Amino acid sequence: MTATSETAERVETGAGAADAAAAGRPSMSLAKKLGWAVAIVAVPLLVVAPHYFYPVFLMKALCFALFASAFNLLLGFGGLLSFGHAAFFGGAAYVSAHAAKVWGLPYELAVLMGAVTGFGLGLVFGAIAIRRQGIYFAMVTLALAQMVYFLALQLPFTGGEDGIQHVPRGVFLGVIDLNDNLNLYYVTLGIFLAAFWLIYRTVHSPYGRVLKAIRENEPRAISLGYDVDRFKLIAFVLSATLAGLAGGMKAIVFQLASLTDVDWHMSGEVVLMTLLGGMGTIFGPAVGAVLVVTLQNYLARIDIPVPVIIGAIFVVCVLLFRRGIVGELEALLKPRRR
Amino acid sequence: MTDGIILQTRGLTKEFRGFVAVDGVDLAVRRHSIHALIGPNGAGKTTCFNLLTKFLKPTAGRITYNGRDITGASPASISRRGLVRSFQISAVFPHMTVLENVLVALQRRSGVSFQFWRSLACLDDLHGRARDLVEAVGLSEYVGAMAGDLPYGRRRALEIATTLALDPEMMLLDEPMAGLGQEDIGRISALIRRVAANRTVLMVEHNMKVVADLSDRITVLQRGAVLTEGTYEEVSADPQVIQAYMGSGHA
Repeated sequence: MTATSETAERVETGAGAADAAAAGRPSMSLAKKLGWAVAIVAVPLLVVAPHYFYPVFLMKALCFALFASAFNLLLGFGGLLSFGHAAFFGGAAYVSAHAAKVWGLPYELAVLMGAVTGFGLGLVFGAIAIRRQGIYFAMVTLALAQMVYFLALQLPFTGGEDGIQHVPRGVFLGVIDLNDNLNLYYVTLGIFLAAFWLIYRTVHSPYGRVLKAIRENEPRAISLGYDVDRFKLIAFVLSATLAGLAGGMKAIVFQLASLTDVDWHMSGEVVLMTLLGGMGTIFGPAVGAVLVVTLQNYLARIDIPVPVIIGAIFVVCVLLFRRGIVGELEALLKPRRR
Repeated sequence: MTDGIILQTRGLTKEFRGFVAVDGVDLAVRRHSIHALIGPNGAGKTTCFNLLTKFLKPTAGRITYNGRDITGASPASISRRGLVRSFQISAVFPHMTVLENVLVALQRRSGVSFQFWRSLACLDDLHGRARDLVEAVGLSEYVGAMAGDLPYGRRRALEIATTLALDPEMMLLDEPMAGLGQEDIGRISALIRRVAANRTVLMVEHNMKVVADLSDRITVLQRGAVLTEGTYEEVSADPQVIQAYMGSGHA
């Protein structure tokens, strides 16, 4: 960062914010207004969507949207690139599937077990990885995730190559029959919205502000007296817990937990969804996830392998719109920002 | 423990793979003074500074602050005890507004910084104090601007406002004038003098005019060891000091 007279002239004085703050309240930022606008449009659309699209496909999209949003909490808002998130997603899928099938737990408890699995694994992974930076952090998370993959392959309860199949969907809270796709869709949507709201709340909380400060300038955050490792660990565990929630829901929707869920490809896929949609934006990862899931579903019938197409899109994304879809849209609406 | 001394080191030493960067430094900083640490390039000033702020672990020696041993303390914990540092490269949070930069420091004492389930609105009552601090360093017109968009000199001022938000008992400034133009140097000097009124300041600084202007006491380092200590008049007349600076190309 160099000081030039040019930058001096380009500085915004932020008069709007100043006026609002003078009135006693901080102004609602543009991002916040847009966020509300998107939410007001998107929620009704999500409610009517299963009447126009296949509900199982929509549920898949929701599960991956939650997974990517949870991942983004760590990468986009905490500045930490984990390459082991498949362990939380897939590990939770196995536990939820086992809980529903073998222990006979109802839907809500089985999915909760998934979130608890994510929490536990996140605590262990986080405690080990958090002291490392950058690529070393990514490598430690990858190595730990591969250990979980090995366990999934070897442990008796996971069914090895077959995975856990024919997981019963059960009855939600003892009243709603989830074998009906539409019922399961609305339950999935409800959980998704609640988890998404929690992510939004976290980003815009006192904790979220410190987390952002740590991402922006870690030594300075330390010198202000913050124990940055504790903040990072909380971000890691939150992210892992919500990834586990997504994995548990996914296992019930597809009635299946398999090695695909814990494979390192899954960790790569969530990175791709997040970058494609826009890392560090609230809605970006969900948009990226929906896009990737849609491509996987609708391109499956053509001859070119799907990974090739998604790879090509990713290259275009990196070359032409580095901030991701939502990131670029935000930048267009805010031309003053770099 | 002498009552007037706030920060003291005894035999402070730091070795890097056999190279002794700081060699047995005894330093005593008096409460409510502005103390400067100077010396030619490579004298160990910045290493010394990083040892004092716990960003580096000393190989040997002790550091006491307010009579308590802080040799093994973490950098975040000494900040909470009132010993706050600045950085050579201006340390702001670039993608946060000027106001947010100050708020993030102010909220540390609020006790809600781990609460991820609460809205930021619960910290709205800090805004008034944050605006006062921004105004105190002359940045009122930039309050809503992104810190990264500020010119360099203004970023320095913001960094000082952020530090002041912690109401530190002692400030350690690492080359506060580095990279600043003449006009900014005047402004930041005045600011440092003003904020030092009821605080202690220890600074590393190269600009001798600033050192002469601000410091009550000066410690000169050379090759990791203390060469001499005194007021500007005493130090600048010391033949050893002249020799040290001449020897490394300064006048």
